[in-house]
Amino acid sequence: MENSGYFFAAFAIVWAVLFAYVVLLVRRQVRLKQEIEALKGMLKEKSLLDQRYNS
Amino acid sequence: MSRILLGISFGLMMAALYLVFIYVPTEETMGVVQRIFYFHVPVAWVSFLAFFVVFIGSILFLWKRDEKWDMLARSSAEIGIVFTSLVLITGPIWAKPAWGVWWTWDARLTTTLIMWVIYVSYLMVRSFAVEESRGARFAAVVGIVGFVDIPITAIAITLWRTQHPRPVIFEGGLAPSMLLTLIICVAAFTLLYVYLLLQAISLKQAEADLGKISQALRG
Repeated sequence: MENSGYFFAAFAIVWAVLFAYVVLLVRRQVRLKQEIEALKGMLKEKSLLDQRYNS
Repeated sequence: MSRILLGISFGLMMAALYLVFIYVPTEETMGVVQRIFYFHVPVAWVSFLAFFVVFIGSILFLWKRDEKWDMLARSSAEIGIVFTSLVLITGPIWAKPAWGVWWTWDARLTTTLIMWVIYVSYLMVRSFAVEESRGARFAAVVGIVGFVDIPITAIAITLWRTQHPRPVIFEGGLAPSMLLTLIICVAAFTLLYVYLLLQAISLKQAEADLGKISQALRG
């Protein structure tokens, strides 16, 4: 098993890089969800203000 | 659809791991380090495929002016850079025990590095542009012009005398078990690319939609 260290290093790096990319995609998804929540909050606030104004 | 794709991709990846680690025999001259080939060649193939998709997406975007083609090109460029980075990492890891050096300015290696720089600049052009639509147009031009490097990189080993190994796959130099392992690895990485591409596009679509909604609400 001469030079097997190189093989395992290459194998580990391939999966580490792909995993890092997937983590990046997931983080973007989380940020999007937070933005959606913020928008929901804004809409709720707006509708409450409208209700108060109308009554 | 994307769950089925992920399932098939996962199954193929497991089969690929079994073939690379257990099934395929160790190559006589290079030993176990030759097995890097089963990751290196598929990631190189996927990077060519990804940049071809960038090329097509860029042409269609400039022609039709439809945002969806820009999203396709941009997402594919991003994934292509990830896979080209893997080519540039796994290659030297194989080269060190095989050639005795991590890197040499050989035609294939140099054109691959140029390819990586071109597509990193594709993303940079976009992020430096003041106007989003302008950045998309500039990037599309880079995506079309930059594609010139792909066929050069692909045929560099036949055009020039290089240190990089010859295309053994097309010259019938692979044992059937090695060819089977390579085909399964190529299929697994290609499906992984398609899955990642679909995810990246839907994420960009959602980001764009959300941007428009929040602009309308705040404005």
